[in-house]
Amino acid sequence: MSDWAIAVGGLHKSFGETVVLDGVDLTIAEGTVFALLGPNGAGKTTIVRILSTLIAADAGELRVAGHDVDADPEGVRAAIGVTGQFSAVDDLLTGRENLRLIADLKHFGREAASARVDELLERFDLVEAADRHASTYSGGMRRRLDLAMTLVDSPRVIFLDEPTTGLDPRSRRTMWEAIRGLVAGGVTILLTTQYLDEADELADRIAVLDGGRVVAEGTPAELKRRIPGGHVEFEFASATELAAAASLFDGAAADEDRLTLQVPDDGSVASIRRLLATLEDAGVEVEHLEIHTPDLDDVFFAVTGHATAEEVAA
Amino acid sequence: MNTIALNLKDSRTMLRRNLRRLERYPSMTVLLIGMPIVFLLLFVFVFGGQLGQGLGEEFAGGNSGRQAYLNYVVPGILLMTVAAAVQGTAIVVAMDMTGGITDRFRTMSIARGAVLGGHVMASLIQTFIGLAIVLVVAVVLGFRPTADPLDWLGAIAILGLFGLGLTWLATALGLAAKSVETASNTPMFLTLLPLLGSGFVPTESMPEGLRQFAHYQPFTPVTETVRGLLTGTHIGSNAVFAVAWSVAIIVASYSWAIHLYAHREPA
Repeated sequence: MSDWAIAVGGLHKSFGETVVLDGVDLTIAEGTVFALLGPNGAGKTTIVRILSTLIAADAGELRVAGHDVDADPEGVRAAIGVTGQFSAVDDLLTGRENLRLIADLKHFGREAASARVDELLERFDLVEAADRHASTYSGGMRRRLDLAMTLVDSPRVIFLDEPTTGLDPRSRRTMWEAIRGLVAGGVTILLTTQYLDEADELADRIAVLDGGRVVAEGTPAELKRRIPGGHVEFEFASATELAAAASLFDGAAADEDRLTLQVPDDGSVASIRRLLATLEDAGVEVEHLEIHTPDLDDVFFAVTGHATAEEVAA
Repeated sequence: MNTIALNLKDSRTMLRRNLRRLERYPSMTVLLIGMPIVFLLLFVFVFGGQLGQGLGEEFAGGNSGRQAYLNYVVPGILLMTVAAAVQGTAIVVAMDMTGGITDRFRTMSIARGAVLGGHVMASLIQTFIGLAIVLVVAVVLGFRPTADPLDWLGAIAILGLFGLGLTWLATALGLAAKSVETASNTPMFLTLLPLLGSGFVPTESMPEGLRQFAHYQPFTPVTETVRGLLTGTHIGSNAVFAVAWSVAIIVASYSWAIHLYAHREPA
């Protein structure tokens, strides 16, 4: 068990009548990024809150950084850093003062504290804004400050609860880079997200959470392999050509309105060359082609039987 | 470092943070200190001439009318200042709770009580600044305390002790509140209590029932003790009751607040 940065066995949690976590098991190896993926209400945030000692579990064996969460919460607190969904910065303090506050609470000495604060301001591109009140910061700057505050004492285990929710694409990229930078330093990260591309981008392993249970777990590649869905989509100029092309491939799906044909394929160069050669030999002209490799959206649909939150909402 | 040293260090860090916040959000302090000053002016200049006539020789002490009433009402106004200031405590605590910052503190290994202790210390400092300003205004209006340095020390001690109790109570109310709006309303009853005690008129002049309540509620012995120390009226057993009430409120509110902090649902 000691090789696991986080080990969760039989985690149960209910709020009143509502069962939020219904027997979750997870093991997360040291120095890896683990993503909890699921729609709103799947129980992701509840897991983070329990493991970060904010709320108590109803049942379960929980260890974080070698400490039992129930018996030794102070030990857990000393080893972890948490960036929650809601920004945990003090609006009336400047960026520098926010970082200094955390450094003081972590009992850095005076000089060590200001050195660390300067280093983090530099690293998170907040030097210019360092002496402005956090209330004047943009969404992306607040998140960066928030993450910097989490990292003040270089925690071994970091929880990131939806670290990029609500950020614009550029800020999102910046956060991703920051998170990748952490991994290089050898820390363990438990990340929650509703964005499938985010989990794909950052995580070594992913657990798909639905209705308080882990419904699938594996590396992004393993999860993708579990489901069919890779194909090449050809677009044609006329229905005649579409029909001619459709007769060439087994298992192809034609869309007569859009004049497209989906052919199951792994997307490799060799096989696409073969497909194109077959079409050319038959004298069928292709207007356009698109390669579709299975993404985590497909995984989610395949393992939960329903679409992700965003699609349900839309 | 041992536990006590760590606790002090963390409390000092939190105190520094909270004082900085008060300094950057001065409108609330101004509003909270302004309220008792408005009451002081209102009661002395609008009602004071008439109310002063009705004060017995015990309280009038050779003065008459407005001057007699001014001397009488200042301790009541001081208690109102304490009660108004702790309304700010509840608001500030609730603001912290509804933002994410408290959740961050709760996931950190911070000495038990330091987060709330920092709020309480900062509020108490704010309360004493308020008390000093109100006293200066009272003296400008003609308030003439007879207290010697030891009496002053006693008055500061009892106001501090009672203030500490009300501040912990307001902290607990701020923690219990679901929103900042609720937190700004629940401690309001505290500002009424000086009126429903011996703060503004002697309890003997009240009807049965109200008189009983006024006589036994905690603000009355505290008011009477402060009045006795500052203007030389009879204190008697009031000092003992004032200390007992203060200690009881501190112990009960502290335990309640610490419990709420540990078991609060995250924002």
